[in-house]
Amino acid sequence: MAQLEKKRLYVRRLDIPHEETPAKKLRLSKPSKSAALHIDLCKATNSTDALQYLLQFARKPVEAESVEGVVRILLEHYYKETDNSVRLKIASLLGLLSKTQGFSPDCIVDDAINTLSNEKSHQVLAQLLETLLIIGTQLPESPALRLRLVEVAYKHLSDTYFGVRNKCLQLLGCLGMVDAPLGKENEGAGTSLGGLRDVQSIISDYFGDQDPRVRTAALKAMLQLHERGMKIHQIIYDQACRLLTDDYEQVRSAAVQMVWVLSQLYPESIVPIPSSNEEIRLVDDAFGKISHMVSDGSWMVRVQAAKTLGSMLQVSPHFLEQTLDKKLMSDLRRKRTAHERAKELFASGEFSSGRKWADDAPKEKLDTNTVNLIASGACGAFVHGLEDEMFEVRIAAVEALCQLARSSPSFAEKCLDFLVDMFNDEIEEVRLQSIHVLREISTHITLREDQLDTVLAVLEDSSRDIREALHELLCYTNVSTKECIQLALLELLKNLNKYPTDRNSVWKCLKFLGSRHPTLVLPLVPELLSTHPYFDTPEPDMDDPAYIAVLVLVFNAAKSCPTMPALFSDHTFRHYAYLRDSLSHLVPPLRLPGRKQVYGLDSVDSGPGSGSVESAQLFLQQSLNRVSTIQNLEAPGAQDLLDLTTRDLLRLGELQTELAGAADFCATYLRCQLLLMKALQEKLWNMAVPLCLKQNVTATAAAQQILEETYKLEFLYSGLESRQVATIHHVRLQAKALQLVLTARTRQGLDLLIGSCEKFLQDVESFQRLFLTELPHLQDSFVDKLLELMPRLSSCKPVELVKILQTTLRQSGLLQLRLPEQIHRATATIIEPTGESDNPLRFTSGLVVALDIDATLEHVQDPQNTVKVQVLYPDGQSHVIHPKPGDFRKPGPHRHRLITQVYLSHTAWTEPSQIEVRLLLAYSSSSTSLTSPSKLGWSESLESLPPAEAAVEGTIPFSKAVKVFIMPKPARR
Amino acid sequence: MPEIKVTPLGAGQDVGRSCILVSIGGKNIMLDCGMHMGYNDDRRFPDFSYITQNGRLTDFLDCLIISHFHLDHCGALPYMSEMVGYDGPIYMTHPTKAICPILLEDFRKITVDKKGETNFFTSQMIKDCMKKVIPLNLHQTVQVDDELEIKAYYAGHVLGAAMVHIKVGSESVVYTGDYNMTPDRHLGAAWIDKCRPDILISESTYATTIRDSKRCRERDFLKKVHESIERGGKVLIPVFALGRAQELCILLETFWERMNLKAPIYFSTGLTEKANHYYKLFITWTNQKIRKTFVQRNMFEFKHIKAFDRSYADNPGPMVVFATPGMLHAGQSLQIFKKWAGNEKNMVIMPGYCVQGTIGHKILNGQRKLEMEGRATLDVKLQVEYMSFSAHADAKGIMQLIRMAEPRNMLLVHGEAVKMEFLKGKIEQEFSIDCYMPANGETTTVTTNPSVPVDISLNLLKREMALGGPLPDPKKPRTMHGTLIMKENSLKLVSSEQALKELGLNEHQLRFTCHVQLQDPHSDADTLHRIYTHLKSVLKGYTIQHLPDGTVIVESIVIKVSSSAEDSNTKVLLLSWSYQVKTWTLFLERFTLIYNGVLPGG
Repeated sequence: MAQLEKKRLYVRRLDIPHEETPAKKLRLSKPSKSAALHIDLCKATNSTDALQYLLQFARKPVEAESVEGVVRILLEHYYKETDNSVRLKIASLLGLLSKTQGFSPDCIVDDAINTLSNEKSHQVLAQLLETLLIIGTQLPESPALRLRLVEVAYKHLSDTYFGVRNKCLQLLGCLGMVDAPLGKENEGAGTSLGGLRDVQSIISDYFGDQDPRVRTAALKAMLQLHERGMKIHQIIYDQACRLLTDDYEQVRSAAVQMVWVLSQLYPESIVPIPSSNEEIRLVDDAFGKISHMVSDGSWMVRVQAAKTLGSMLQVSPHFLEQTLDKKLMSDLRRKRTAHERAKELFASGEFSSGRKWADDAPKEKLDTNTVNLIASGACGAFVHGLEDEMFEVRIAAVEALCQLARSSPSFAEKCLDFLVDMFNDEIEEVRLQSIHVLREISTHITLREDQLDTVLAVLEDSSRDIREALHELLCYTNVSTKECIQLALLELLKNLNKYPTDRNSVWKCLKFLGSRHPTLVLPLVPELLSTHPYFDTPEPDMDDPAYIAVLVLVFNAAKSCPTMPALFSDHTFRHYAYLRDSLSHLVPPLRLPGRKQVYGLDSVDSGPGSGSVESAQLFLQQSLNRVSTIQNLEAPGAQDLLDLTTRDLLRLGELQTELAGAADFCATYLRCQLLLMKALQEKLWNMAVPLCLKQNVTATAAAQQILEETYKLEFLYSGLESRQVATIHHVRLQAKALQLVLTARTRQGLDLLIGSCEKFLQDVESFQRLFLTELPHLQDSFVDKLLELMPRLSSCKPVELVKILQTTLRQSGLLQLRLPEQIHRATATIIEPTGESDNPLRFTSGLVVALDIDATLEHVQDPQNTVKVQVLYPDGQSHVIHPKPGDFRKPGPHRHRLITQVYLSHTAWTEPSQIEVRLLLAYSSSSTSLTSPSKLGWSESLESLPPAEAAVEGTIPFSKAVKVFIMPKPARR
Repeated sequence: MPEIKVTPLGAGQDVGRSCILVSIGGKNIMLDCGMHMGYNDDRRFPDFSYITQNGRLTDFLDCLIISHFHLDHCGALPYMSEMVGYDGPIYMTHPTKAICPILLEDFRKITVDKKGETNFFTSQMIKDCMKKVIPLNLHQTVQVDDELEIKAYYAGHVLGAAMVHIKVGSESVVYTGDYNMTPDRHLGAAWIDKCRPDILISESTYATTIRDSKRCRERDFLKKVHESIERGGKVLIPVFALGRAQELCILLETFWERMNLKAPIYFSTGLTEKANHYYKLFITWTNQKIRKTFVQRNMFEFKHIKAFDRSYADNPGPMVVFATPGMLHAGQSLQIFKKWAGNEKNMVIMPGYCVQGTIGHKILNGQRKLEMEGRATLDVKLQVEYMSFSAHADAKGIMQLIRMAEPRNMLLVHGEAVKMEFLKGKIEQEFSIDCYMPANGETTTVTTNPSVPVDISLNLLKREMALGGPLPDPKKPRTMHGTLIMKENSLKLVSSEQALKELGLNEHQLRFTCHVQLQDPHSDADTLHRIYTHLKSVLKGYTIQHLPDGTVIVESIVIKVSSSAEDSNTKVLLLSWSYQVKTWTLFLERFTLIYNGVLPGG
């Protein structure tokens, strides 16, 4: 009976589309809806009641089929209703209803338009126009309707109520005719062309409306037309410019956008400068005008203007540079800016003392007529923007500077001083942003010593983000002199001393600094390594992070400077060998003459250099091909081959970091196959059940392990295509089959077996559903065979099923793995805590202590939701903590940084003990719910621990566990 | 024409002792009541006898507004209110009201206790005077009386500094007080809406200066202090207890924290704690950063800055001391300066403007030998630095404010005459508005052209609108018919019917009549009929009626025919039309046509 039921279910599943269920519901409630409304409205004795009914009605959704009926009822009531508020509500309901999915509002257009003609109340009129707007946007395909609506809008444009005019303009903006398509017939094109001219001039008439809201709406409508692809005429430009001085901020804000749009459309047009005979390019003119808006009274407008400036890349360099100009004067005499002074001092070879009295003394006398206080045009826009009161404006200005600087190297050079100044902003966000910006444009610039000095001062900032951003910046910075290098090194060492946690970041920074400026480092080497021509100096401490930092700088410089190693002393070479091994990512391979052993080591290491990625790729492919020759899992030698290949691949992953993800992926996959093979080859299959309990255990463990591995395969690697996912699921299915077979053999409870059989069949079905497109690739595989037998399987008895599965498992071939283009393994490294500390973290039991965690995550998608921190206490207690989304930063592509705090607490201990902290990758998939999730997600690394506690539902540990000494003390009474 | 009169009693082409009289719409308002730092005699207070010789000031002044708590803007307040005698309302913002008495008390102590002056105001007077103060909120319109209203705007400069918009009817004046258009470490920038006042009275301390970016200034300042400290020198920063001092404190405090410096920073006088207390309280008056972060940490709770004790000045090692007053003319700053002046490692940083005659002004001008009281001279060996941290708007800032407010006239005060002259020229050239810069006691008169509001009856408006085009065009004036009624100080425009009704008058009709003589042999009735038929044929589109009582009416023109007494052939045509027929000349012309038509022969 049950079998039959299931079969039916199976058939239904396959051919019923998914939308079935909601559709059924619709039909049920349809008649009741409109009828109920009708009755309600008829019952209403006064307008308040009617309004109440309508309000209630609006809360419930209406189905597509019944919309029209409801609309009719509403309209009927609309004509009868005398109260404005009720009519207003009906009008708004009409709009709401038109938006219903699956309902085409063209049948109610006429009625809606008709209602307009008799309406006296302006508010209701505005609402009706809004409704028409919704209808119009719902039916984008009907030009005739649009034309009608546009006409309606024209008619009501002269209304005295601002709301109506607003809506009309909105209608025009959204529905006004855009250029007719080329293939259109003549008369149609004619009218739409007429409409085209009309729409713009009519809208622009309302730029001078007395109501600021209407002016804003007109500008917005024009912008809307632009967005829809209509070419705005250049005549609008003058009108828009006039609106820049409007009294109302929303008008000004919209006008800024409008001017910007026009400047992008007609950048090269020539416009006259009022009160002079000169003419300039339109984009320059617009740039000047928008620059003016950076000192507007409203900060919203200022933000808007500052943002807009950034995207005006066509502006002439002459104008661009004026934005950074602020003529200084003091008592009518021209004064040089501090920036200029600094530059001059630098040029004359003297470092700015800043102490000399009156070094800013005004020089030449200015002609009073040439000093233009209100700078016409773009003068000093950015100077203003960067000094603005609101940090939003400052950030917008910094971003705009960045955009402009990226496209103009000379401008980049000029804005450098200003950006460097921003490093001292009072708001951290602004400081951070300006550091990022400077990094982005750093390819264009070389820092002068005084500028570098200012930049480096920020290294002492107490904010970690700022320091790290600065390190990042220094990685990309070009400096001009060896003093700069020395200065940078000095400051970085100071930083290292002050904030030891910055170690990695500082080293990395020095690595780039060295490799960028080999020639500048060269003269510094003796001093840096404190070598002396005559005397031997003491060997520095190899564990000193500062010394390592210096070495990193020197070695990276030495890479492209072959003369440098000659300056090294003996211990330097030794240290090189040590560092090359321990910090291979920071220390490059060097060709050291006369050091054979080191050289030899080098050649090994440099063997798989950059050129050999292809060969590694080839090797990987070959290995896979070799494996694919295994036809049958039981073939002799297959196991050895798999074993060997797995080992090869793992080693390859270590050697070639680019391919680590792919190699790991393949190796894991092959290991699964190997496990499966071993499990199947057990002798147990031929033995009587009671005799083989022990072997059974290993096979069960194998099945379990394969399952886990498949989850890792699926969720730990990014860049998988659906084909690989199908393969993974296939393996999982095999593992489940194996589990089922084993269950059948060990347990005699038939109910249990039936249950698991059904579950398995469900799994097979869902597999088929999920990977319908991938099935052709799975020829001759386990699933392929199973699906062939499916009708039989679903009707046969469990025992029979198990038998079939057993044979199919053994007979099915190895599925060949095809590698995707890019595949990366998600990894996490906990930088802090380091796990090296012997000092326990003491705290009073019952209270909490915060533990700082700093980790880098690579290739994790959506870490905010998936990454969790697990804390394991020695008593087996485990806590999983979800870090806040704000704790994740994204320093680079595919890279995330987790800086968070976890709170620890425990009852009192007698002595300090270690807790373990690790990161977990949580996953959830529909398939997880089908299996028992409680047994998943713990792996070899946890095997020493009792599995029950260590298992965390649906998570994969993907970082090494770090041990932290803690000591909860008993509370003092 | 109505006039607005502005007379500076202080601060006219001068810095210090701000006091400006404004008469607007029949109201007299005094703006600020300051003292002059440079004088110790009568000149330090404004000359109140200018207002009245013997009567009480209360009778002449409608209100007094204090823009901010600096002594050159409020120093003469107790003198005026208690000693000269003024009982009218005094307006100032909340922070100003809180901090002002502290400064006045300090000032009094220095003058009376230290210098031993007599005939000076007492503590009690300060208290009594503060009782008369009505506090203002930003952007709150306060009605001084039925006609006079004032409104405060944020001015930056110091905590609680405000610009005031004074309005009587449609005439208005904006007084800026001191203001700052660039935000600093603790205050935001001045802001005003487009209120289009008749006169904008602006300070012009830095009329000829465009300052470098504040970040450069800050960096320079910090660098100078830092280097001096590293050298082991002592740094003296003379400040006024409130205002710049707090900004510099925040600057140094954050710098100390960032650079992890250990040298002590001291702030002299017990005033500080009290004042800082108010700074902590009035967070809403500070800048964005402080407003946003005060929940975590109030920036005015300094960690590195401690109170100064007189004995610390002789301590060895580097230190930074903020000392009052700011122009080195008296008090602790002068004492410390005397102690430290001899050592070239030390440094004095003057962070603001110094009035002529003060020691600050002297040393800034490079004087290396100072004559002190009692014929002693002082060698100035320490370094003298000038960092313009004064929070006044520079020339560019003033122009920016003008652009924001769009005044019709400009008036400059609180600056030096030469500099003002330059700025005046610039303003006139850029904005093409008149700019004035009266000296003390000189009255500037500006005639205004106030618009007179008139109530209009809705019916009339609707009727006129129905007649004209679809919408009133805001750019084109339109004529309309109505009656202006002036009654009990109010004006209203109503339709003529309503006006008649309200005033209880009968309607008089004005009709024009004229006689035309015709030679026509027909009888009267016939003639009339002929005219009627003819008119009908000629004047198409007009309503022409032939009434039984022997008249023809064309629209509102009445035509009657009567035979003359002498000659029955001579008919007299009586034409009568009302005043309203605008196009009566046209009708006349037409009538000649008729005339010719009726009499084909003649």
